[in-house]
Amino acid sequence: MKLAVQVNEGPYQHQASDSAYHFTKAALEGGHDVFRVFFYHDGVLNGTRLTTPPQDDRNIVKRWVELAEKYDLDLVLCVAAAQRRGIVDDGEAERNGKDATNIAPKFRISGLGQLIEAAIQCDRLVVFGD
Amino acid sequence: MSDVKKFMYLNRRAPYGTIYAWESLEVVLIGAAFDQEVSLMFVDDGVFQLVKGSDTSESDMKNFTPTYRTLGDYGVRHMYVDKTSLEAHGLTQDDLIEVAWEDWESEEEVDNIVEVLDSEELAEKLGESDVVFSF
Repeated sequence: MKLAVQVNEGPYQHQASDSAYHFTKAALEGGHDVFRVFFYHDGVLNGTRLTTPPQDDRNIVKRWVELAEKYDLDLVLCVAAAQRRGIVDDGEAERNGKDATNIAPKFRISGLGQLIEAAIQCDRLVVFGD
Repeated sequence: MSDVKKFMYLNRRAPYGTIYAWESLEVVLIGAAFDQEVSLMFVDDGVFQLVKGSDTSESDMKNFTPTYRTLGDYGVRHMYVDKTSLEAHGLTQDDLIEVAWEDWESEEEVDNIVEVLDSEELAEKLGESDVVFSF
């Protein structure tokens, strides 16, 4: 099955990112195609490389990065949501005159059209959040 | 695009307490470019999103209620409101904004696409949808 995943909540604060990760990993291991994981609302906070969780806890951001590296997964942060919440890549830093970037590797920032496209292309859109 | 899907935006939260309502609206506005069959549904506190006469001037928040009134121009064909939720919050359809819709090609017009339905009818509409965005 061809799947799209949407994550609507930030890491650690809420279970949504954990559930989405385990779902995505199980789907990929089960031979399904995950077309895209789209991060929206506070979900974009899953895409900062500056996260430093305690050593005895799971590293949510790193986990997404490793999954993306293994399966060439498309991790997309909504640009409007990212701008509001201070998630920045090189392009955004230049466009908006910011003095730093914080996006994690394997993540990219793009528009809401990517979510709509994923919903059209896929058999199922699975949303994680409240 | 040849394959048109039925999109349903399920709105469950009050408009200004959290950002979900506004960011849901942003998806609807952007999504208009994709020419899908789009409906919105309002349940629970989500019914407050359509209450007319809202004034956010003293809370320093952007008032986006007027944006809902333009949704007919963004390809939104239906806006369904849960009757039970309306009643639970002491509201009736008279408290809600009206949203007009017009097909520019066929010149078909609908004065108000906001429609109050009971739970069974809403369940049916959800079941008919290909994609449900939940906010």
